[in-house]
Amino acid sequence: MSSLLIAEHNNNEVKPFTLNAITAASQIDPDLHVLVLGHNSETVAKSISEIPNVKKVIHVDNEIYNNYIAENFTSAVVKHAENYSHIICSANTFGKNLMPRIAALLDISQVSDIVKVISADTFLRPIYAGNAFATVKSNDAKKCITIRPTSFEPAETSGGSAEIVKGDPGEPSNHTKFIKKEEIKSDRPELGTARIVISGGRGMQSGENFKLIQDVADKLNAAIGASRAAVDAGYITNDHQVGQTGKVVVPDLYIAVGISGAIQHLAGMKESKIIVAINKDGEAPIFSVADYGLEADLFDALPKFLAELNKLNTIQK
Amino acid sequence: MKILVAVKRVIDYNVQVRVKEDNTGVVTDNVKMSTNPPDDNAVEEAVKIKESGKAKEIVAITVGEEKAQETVRKALAVGADRGIHVKVDGLIEPLAVSKILQKIVDKEKPDLVFMGKQAIDDDCNQTGQMLAALLNWPQATFASKIDVKDKTLEVTREVDEGLETIEVNVPAIITCDLRLNEPRYASLPNIMKAKKKPIEQINASDLGVDTKPRIEQIKVEEPPKRKAGIKVANVEELVQKLKNEAKVI
Repeated sequence: MSSLLIAEHNNNEVKPFTLNAITAASQIDPDLHVLVLGHNSETVAKSISEIPNVKKVIHVDNEIYNNYIAENFTSAVVKHAENYSHIICSANTFGKNLMPRIAALLDISQVSDIVKVISADTFLRPIYAGNAFATVKSNDAKKCITIRPTSFEPAETSGGSAEIVKGDPGEPSNHTKFIKKEEIKSDRPELGTARIVISGGRGMQSGENFKLIQDVADKLNAAIGASRAAVDAGYITNDHQVGQTGKVVVPDLYIAVGISGAIQHLAGMKESKIIVAINKDGEAPIFSVADYGLEADLFDALPKFLAELNKLNTIQK
Repeated sequence: MKILVAVKRVIDYNVQVRVKEDNTGVVTDNVKMSTNPPDDNAVEEAVKIKESGKAKEIVAITVGEEKAQETVRKALAVGADRGIHVKVDGLIEPLAVSKILQKIVDKEKPDLVFMGKQAIDDDCNQTGQMLAALLNWPQATFASKIDVKDKTLEVTREVDEGLETIEVNVPAIITCDLRLNEPRYASLPNIMKAKKKPIEQINASDLGVDTKPRIEQIKVEEPPKRKAGIKVANVEELVQKLKNEAKVI
């Protein structure tokens, strides 16, 4: 049997996390089919057909998929699910919202947020905010799986030529209406995929002070993150939040500034390759996960850090 | 309107979780337990809606072992009117919990079901969506703002790209994000009063729901340890280390 992955896209472009999920899905079953539900979304179906790991694209184009409504998506996925051993998507807010709805209708106990494929029925997943890792085996005949995107490399996007077939839409729901989406646009790299992330916490003391973080981020071409405390205090918007209830990031370099290191925050960043902590409290728990800790007042250290970076002429973009 | 709020008893969010030596799970003996944090937001929101006059009754429900009742009692102390405890021992998966909740919804006929977006123990993030599917009700997950209209709710959802607003018809399932509100503390008089509020006990087996796990937990392990880092003396040393040793800039 084959696997079916549900693509996330905006009717023009494939969202990056779908590429990571494709990598994981083809480890589960190399005969990977991708379901594209969209409206005027031919370019999305075409670009997914060019991903070498993808063997077939099922494209359903209908105005009910213009916006992402889980109820509408679910009915289409269930309609196409019959011939597949695994139904898969990314474990971001898209997949978290969608997959359980599908799983319940198929009477499947879903395996959420896997970080490793051990075999077609056995997976590794973090529990307790990453304080433990469970190896779990699904005994359902068909499986519903969501993939933690940052634990898998993105799939190659060119060189393939999978066939694209048209699929039937599902039943639209008239109980849910899309009203609006307020996307925060930024020229910076996306938090979830950036090579360098610099985050500020409660220690920043105000939203204005995040300017210090921005200056370093500009220099390093880094994404900007934040702890929940900084978001709750209103210093920065919620789409920057790193942690158990925010985004999980795995950059090459993570710089935590004025962040004490609550368990919930560590859950979102402790898999980063190199962690730097700048904090004036030498006992802060963030130092226990930091490769390089600097015990200093951030208002003194950040401008100096920027000055030192400016002296280097080898910063990799 | 009548609101059903589901709460779960989990290891307190401030506790450093430890894996059992035999790798069968995590240590729960003599560990502080509390209500799953976003479930507190769900209770708070229901109470606020009742206080605004838009809801008449709040029923708090939990599914779990004997002591899970404490979470219902806490919900009663901050404003829920009565409680339901569906007793079941051992691990129970979100699919089975949602089937139990479906039975209770059939009986109680609430207009809204609230719960936290995710439990911080198994981190599954499934129950609300599953219940919505089983009931064929609309769902609004990760809610950070709820506006109760006449027969609909306008819900702002926290999504990866920012905020999304949807309108759902009642009846509906809402899963609550931590930023939805600031949960209140129960006052001592209210804690005393809550002791007199009724909690109905039901055995899961009497509901005819199969609660047998479908997912086998083969082992639970400690996360890979990060090797100890170093403290640097100043910014200059930090930049040199990042450039020459870690080679990340």
